[in-house]
Amino acid sequence: MTAATLEIAGERREGAVATLRRGLRMMPEFRRGLPATFALALLATAGRVVVPIAVQQVIDRGLNAAGGPDLGLVTGLVVACALVVVLTAVAVYLMNVRLFRTTETALAGLRVRAFRHVHDLSVLHQQGERRGSLVSRVTSDVDQLSVFMQWGGVLGLISVGQLVVATAVMFFYSWQLTLLVLACFVPLVIAIRWFAQRLQVVYGVVRERVGDVLAAVAESVVGAPTVRAYGIRARTAARIDAAIDRHYRASVQAQRTTAAVYVSGEFVAAVANAAVVVVGVLLGLAGDITAGTLVAFLFLVTLFVAPVQTASEVLNEAQNAVAGFRRVLDVLDTEPDVRDPAIATPDRVRELPPGPLGVRFEHVTFRYAPGARAALDDVHLAIAPRTRVAIVGETGSGKTTFAKLVTRLMDPVEGRVLLGSDDAGWVPLADVAFASLRSRVVMVPQDGFLFDASVADNVRYGRPGMTDAEVATAFDELGLGAWVAGLEQGVATPVGQRGESLSAGERQLVAVARAYVADPDLLVLDEATSAVDPATEQRLTRALDLLTTGRTTLTIAHRLSTAERADEVLVVDAGHVVQRGSHAELVDADGVYARLHASWRRSSAGEPEPVG
Amino acid sequence: MPRRRDAVVRRGLRHVGRAVAGQPGMFAAAVSASSVYGAMTVASAFVIGEITDRVLLPSFEDGATTGTALTLAAVAIIAVALLKIVGIIGRRLFAGIMQYRLQADLRRRVTGQYLRLPLSWHQRHPTGQLLSNANSDVEAAWFFVAPLPFACGALVMIAITVTALIATDPLLAVVGLVVFPLVFVANAVYSQIMSPRMQRAQQLRAEVSEIAHESFDAALVVKTLGREASETERFAARADELRDGLVAVGRVRGLFDPIMEALPNLGTLAVLLIGAHRAADGATDAGDLVSIAYLFTLLALPIRAIGWVLADLPRALAGYDRVTPVLDATGETPYGPDAATATATGAGVGVQGVDFRFDGAATPTLREVTFDVAAGRTVAVVGPTGSGKSTLAGLLVRLTDPVDGAVLLDGVDLRRLREGEVSDQAAFVAQSAFLFDDTVRGNVTLGGEHSDDEVWTALRVAAADGFVSALPDGLDTRVGERGASLSGGQRQRLALARAVVRRPRLLVLDDATSAVDPAVEARILDALRASESPATVVVVAYRQATIALADEVVWLEGGRAVARGTHDELLEQVPGYAALVRAYSQAEVTA
Repeated sequence: MTAATLEIAGERREGAVATLRRGLRMMPEFRRGLPATFALALLATAGRVVVPIAVQQVIDRGLNAAGGPDLGLVTGLVVACALVVVLTAVAVYLMNVRLFRTTETALAGLRVRAFRHVHDLSVLHQQGERRGSLVSRVTSDVDQLSVFMQWGGVLGLISVGQLVVATAVMFFYSWQLTLLVLACFVPLVIAIRWFAQRLQVVYGVVRERVGDVLAAVAESVVGAPTVRAYGIRARTAARIDAAIDRHYRASVQAQRTTAAVYVSGEFVAAVANAAVVVVGVLLGLAGDITAGTLVAFLFLVTLFVAPVQTASEVLNEAQNAVAGFRRVLDVLDTEPDVRDPAIATPDRVRELPPGPLGVRFEHVTFRYAPGARAALDDVHLAIAPRTRVAIVGETGSGKTTFAKLVTRLMDPVEGRVLLGSDDAGWVPLADVAFASLRSRVVMVPQDGFLFDASVADNVRYGRPGMTDAEVATAFDELGLGAWVAGLEQGVATPVGQRGESLSAGERQLVAVARAYVADPDLLVLDEATSAVDPATEQRLTRALDLLTTGRTTLTIAHRLSTAERADEVLVVDAGHVVQRGSHAELVDADGVYARLHASWRRSSAGEPEPVG
Repeated sequence: MPRRRDAVVRRGLRHVGRAVAGQPGMFAAAVSASSVYGAMTVASAFVIGEITDRVLLPSFEDGATTGTALTLAAVAIIAVALLKIVGIIGRRLFAGIMQYRLQADLRRRVTGQYLRLPLSWHQRHPTGQLLSNANSDVEAAWFFVAPLPFACGALVMIAITVTALIATDPLLAVVGLVVFPLVFVANAVYSQIMSPRMQRAQQLRAEVSEIAHESFDAALVVKTLGREASETERFAARADELRDGLVAVGRVRGLFDPIMEALPNLGTLAVLLIGAHRAADGATDAGDLVSIAYLFTLLALPIRAIGWVLADLPRALAGYDRVTPVLDATGETPYGPDAATATATGAGVGVQGVDFRFDGAATPTLREVTFDVAAGRTVAVVGPTGSGKSTLAGLLVRLTDPVDGAVLLDGVDLRRLREGEVSDQAAFVAQSAFLFDDTVRGNVTLGGEHSDDEVWTALRVAAADGFVSALPDGLDTRVGERGASLSGGQRQRLALARAVVRRPRLLVLDDATSAVDPAVEARILDALRASESPATVVVVAYRQATIALADEVVWLEGGRAVARGTHDELLEQVPGYAALVRAYSQAEVTA
């Protein structure tokens, strides 16, 4: 295990076929029942070839029969033909339904697996700005596949079948002319790779331009106050116009390329027709084929050409779908850098020891990328159970990394982290089953994210199955009973998207209650930096106090008051724990903490900081 | 029900009319190209027939042929194909251009409205809705345009076929008159059944996406509480619903497709059967019958194009209907004729009896707020949550207009000033910093004429020079939507630099330093005051450090400016103020 894997696997060039093979491996639902679907597809394609031939026969033998139309034959053939038409339609219908059901089931499975997998990837919490692209892997990328399967995939499947059947029938009439026709299409088959690449490029540009338009439009909406306050309407409009214009030009370019690809099939078909006429006549003169065979063969060529054109039409959609498919599969192929030992190493998996939990770091080093500066450098320390520890340090000192290692959001590059106590024993964190770890060790992140549900639902998230009354009691115990009762609908009050109906401070109150009901033995708090209104701030302080009582607590402290209240302060600087002790001890010692403290006091009192 | 369907059809046709009226030239070109394609499709069959009769069969009969005859045959086939290709390219390209132009035009109009309409309008509409109005709705509105010329060409072909049918034999014409309407009926029934299912699938898609967004945003909570499995269950439940919805769509589509394919085939067979009897009776000619049967088979594909257009119309209408309210919205901010009195010193601010109430709100946000800020002074606006501080800050730079009363800049009502005058004199920094998808320089200058030295000076004042110089490309580093990720504090500092670089005479900070370290905040405010011609500063603040830097404080409570004075005076005289400030500093400083 090296440093955290922040990249999604992939970027490797692989062919469409390889992607499809990889995908089929990951979609067992898709393979199920495929033979029957293929049988129906074959039936449908046979019908598609037979019907025009039958029509041809009706005309040749019935209508144009020597001595006037042969009514009996025409009627018989037409009725038989109509039967075939209806049967074909039924076969197509059955095939469609089967195909839709299996593909949609397979894609839903794929979607859910990818979703689950994304949650295992550290990229999700390390690089917040990439969340949008991860969302699109389980939404629009899969949607694109689904759309393709429904519109393009079926068409492609039938076309390929039709191609095979038409070729077989053509061989039956004249193998020489069949080879000739196939030879005409060889250049097209060769060119199709190149076409595919071109299409990929032009549609790649279009997608990029779409992104630019989205960003530009967002400026006019999300940035509305800024645009007005700075009087830059004209400039913003110009930027949007430019983005729209670039998108327009890219789209037209893509359309041009698509049209060129599409008509190449048309042109090759004409060449094949012309070649068949010329060579066919020459063959006929040599006595190899009859006039009737040649006429029939000319007709067959059109049956051969149609699916080729459809296939080249589908090709473009297929390109997009395969690209989306690849993006989804790449997510699934990315190894999570932290894995549940219950799954990864079941022979070594352990539970956390009972009782209060302490923390031990044994020569722990962590870096975010191989070769990067160590975020934590050979940290070696122990924290006794039931101690309230404040971790302080400047931004980038490594205090957040410390917290992430304790909660096993990441694994150290070197050394190891252990949890436990001298009485009950110590267990390496890497061996602890997630079920045990997550029920005993809980982190309260800075933003205290809330789901679009009620206050009670959000608290219950920490302990499923609680009743509303139990949730209300929990608030009471945290001294927040009055606050929650004052909400419009008490604990049943909906909090809105991301909890936005509540203020930032109130969101933190709910997050604290959520951690409280989870009842962890080790608590990791990432203190919020932003200001909340004073009344809420007071409530929060009290609730946090009650929450942390009797639990081992590591707080990433941004406030002096938190450090002052802690049993012990750890001062982190440039990846090292440089100081350790109580607030009182550290203030008097000459060191990083004393400096931080002085700057804190100055800013709180409103005195200007000295230069430097 | 039937009346509603009629309405949809009528509105659909009107929408098609809108598309044609928007790009008449391109439409005409595309339909012409489509006609060339149609004509050449018929011609290619004709050419093969002629070659069979004139070259092929005589050669076999005579046992000899000439090079000229064979060459001519080959040339004829390829020439017709080339013309057909011209038709296809023209049809696709012109239709594409038509669609993309309509799209671009509509998008420009929509975003133009976004920029034109007042902030109060924006506040009434959720961001997500406005974004999808300009994106997916605009796209949906013109999606049907791509196959439209093809469909129009198909109508022409149908007309020709029916005419040919009537000319050949009235009885055969009946077949055509049954089959073609049947195709339209099938299409209509299809759209009827399909559109609610499509809508449901679309709705479910959005819901699946919402869950993914929320769940991924909550990654830390989910992971640290070990709730991945239950999140997956929640997602899977909706994904399964979506699957069922899509299968329901697929089932209809799966039935419709083979029916649409079978109909022309059955039509051809009917023509042959009836035609054969008629030919036996001598009512019609066998040769004509063959060419009509052939026309029938040729029509199969173009008729599908009509189906595509019809199937897409409900979605297009829905998209356009969602965009229309944006286009129809009124309420442009009116500007006056006056210029601001530009001096080198700070601007004087007057707030006179200002009332403000959000649209539809029961209670006013601000009530009879009156105070002055003398030029060059720094005033802090302090008050409990919900007291109207941010609203007041926005009024000072005319983000909105008061319902009653007036806001003055150097004694002139903001509403009397010309467009651009307020933003030339005053700068505003909001709590959540908005960064444009642009470079650091672009985000600071916003297209104004500022030298790099000026930009760096502004960055220094905003305490942003440190992290900006550490960015990979310095001032040229892209930030915002698709650029480097900055912390909340860094974003706020860039937004501050944006205000500072313009050397505004009035600077309004709406809790604009909340995500910045207190020490850094103090440095920023000091630097602002230390400038040789200090701007008038109005700052909405919580922190005592921020408040302490102000010359005076305006205490806002329940939408009213209740008290005014220095920090010390208010501490002494206003219990509410004292309680608020003390409560905060307690949490901040003491144990």
